[in-house]
Amino acid sequence: MLTVLGIVIGVAAVIAMLAVSEGASFESQQQFRDLGATSILLKSVKPAEVEESSNRGFGPPQAVIYGLTQADILTIRNTIPGVSNVIASRIVKKNVWNLGLSMNTDVVGTSVDYPSSRNYNLRAGRFFSETEVRDHANVVVLSDEVANELFPIDNPIGQTIKIDSDYYNIVGIMESEGFSNLGQNQAGSSNSAPSRIFIPFTASRSRFGETTTRQTAGGMESETVELHEAIIQVDNQETVIQVGEIIEQILQRRHRDVDYAIEIPLALLRQAEASALRDQIVAGAIAGISLLVGGIGIMNIMLASVTERTREIGIRRALGAKKKDIIAQFLIEAVILSGVGGLIGVVLGIIIPFIISTFWGMTTIVTPIAPILAFSISAMIGVIFGIYPSMRAADMDPVEALRHE
Amino acid sequence: MTIIETNSELGTASSPGLASGSRVASLQDIQKTYYMGSLSVEVLHGINLDFYSGDYISIMGPSGCGKSTLMNILGCLDQPTAGKYFLGDEDTSEMEDDELSTIRGARLGFIFQSYNLIQQLDVLENIEMPLFYQGYSEKESHEIAMGLAARVGLQDRVDHKPFELSGGQQQRVAIARALAVDPLVILADEPTGNLDSKSGLEILNLFDELHSQGKTLILVTHSDELAERSKREIKLMDGRVESDERLHA
Repeated sequence: MLTVLGIVIGVAAVIAMLAVSEGASFESQQQFRDLGATSILLKSVKPAEVEESSNRGFGPPQAVIYGLTQADILTIRNTIPGVSNVIASRIVKKNVWNLGLSMNTDVVGTSVDYPSSRNYNLRAGRFFSETEVRDHANVVVLSDEVANELFPIDNPIGQTIKIDSDYYNIVGIMESEGFSNLGQNQAGSSNSAPSRIFIPFTASRSRFGETTTRQTAGGMESETVELHEAIIQVDNQETVIQVGEIIEQILQRRHRDVDYAIEIPLALLRQAEASALRDQIVAGAIAGISLLVGGIGIMNIMLASVTERTREIGIRRALGAKKKDIIAQFLIEAVILSGVGGLIGVVLGIIIPFIISTFWGMTTIVTPIAPILAFSISAMIGVIFGIYPSMRAADMDPVEALRHE
Repeated sequence: MTIIETNSELGTASSPGLASGSRVASLQDIQKTYYMGSLSVEVLHGINLDFYSGDYISIMGPSGCGKSTLMNILGCLDQPTAGKYFLGDEDTSEMEDDELSTIRGARLGFIFQSYNLIQQLDVLENIEMPLFYQGYSEKESHEIAMGLAARVGLQDRVDHKPFELSGGQQQRVAIARALAVDPLVILADEPTGNLDSKSGLEILNLFDELHSQGKTLILVTHSDELAERSKREIKLMDGRVESDERLHA
């Protein structure tokens, strides 16, 4: 079976590589779907050097100030043409209570456009209104996960939850998000299922202030962050990447440290597509070489078989086999040989992506077309590399072949 | 090339054919030259022979007399350099490779010195092979092959591979295979050459039986014992027919 090893590797490589690149493009498309083609995501990121300098000080911990500010957002909104909307959010980690039940969750202070900016829909009730934002109203919208946790039996809408010492009226519940994880849990540590609640941006500022304190391994740590993230919506898909570059320049000028991050889903998608193409070229080259080697292996074994069976060819010719009968016989043998290799390759090619997803957590998708394509290629290899040995067999002189020992 | 010995005109050949049978094969001024580079060797110098159905012919001669070459031409495995070879009423000398394959498969039965069975196929499959190339249905060829296996006394060994059989048994499989398409002529090349005397005798008895059933047999041999059993003995010498006589008249 060593003969068909090349075919096995080639076919397995084709399927596995296609599965990996298909998975990668699926992931980037997922992000793309969540945020849309016309969005830019800004995040506050704690710069490394700030963290160090704060630890060196004496006395009570000083609040670390970093991240995006309202002024940044204002500048972006007012100076860049083509920016249609900016949805800024503050994310504070809090314990949220419903009577005896509590859970630690991200409290997202945001504006009314938050759901539409992320294709994120309500399951029940409504999102808070402009008026409520203006009034710093104590209203809250729960994520599906939080609603299920704090209100396992009754309908939460119309009821209240308690954060710190304040009560908030529940006006709506978002639908479950699944495992989409872009831009969530900014202030939190764990990054599993999204557990979030949403309150008006104004309420977040006036209730929680701008400084948050959290427990870390080194002791208490305070940080002051005006905004944790912002979604900038651009009115035209064509200009998204340019707007992103302008934003980058503005932020560079306004910030001493790089305490922000910019993500452009469209650019990520383009990048993913480019790297998928590169992957596919590399995969194609590997598969091509393996299949070529495999084909030559097949040709070798077939030539040996033809020589070994010269006598048989002579007998068959004497008994009425035409040249094309002999060609057919040896071609079928070559195709069976490469087909067996192809089948083993298909099995491996389906197992390998499964192993990759299990052990490296990469998304892999084996589309039905990949094994079919790879198997057809292996059968074709059998035909192509079987032709020459078969012709040699058919072109033998029957008299000579019969005399062969 | 000049024709030295015999008249080449159709039907007036001097060979002592059987008056009763129709003509099944006719060699008319067959010449064969082998070319090796600039060298050419003429092996057959104009052979004229007619064979009639139901006859039992032996072709004798020392090594190098052109026996094998003549046999290959008779078997449509090789083409003459000049002359005409009619098998039945078909002129084979101008045939393409595919047509030759077809006529071999349909009109001729081969029996070789070394049996030439295909080792990886069992007895039944070996007998079925000529039928396969003639496009017989599986059911039909199975029936024919079973019948022939019984006729050569191997009905209990149809699923044996050739290497599981004795030489005599293998040659009987080969005879059954040669009979499969009910050929015009059965060509046997030293059929007992690889067999011990007892098995050889069995094969010769089988040939007698086939002859009595009206089959046309052409036997190439250099054994006098074999030739004596035939009805017509042709002796070749240096690419020419030296003698052609009817035995046991």
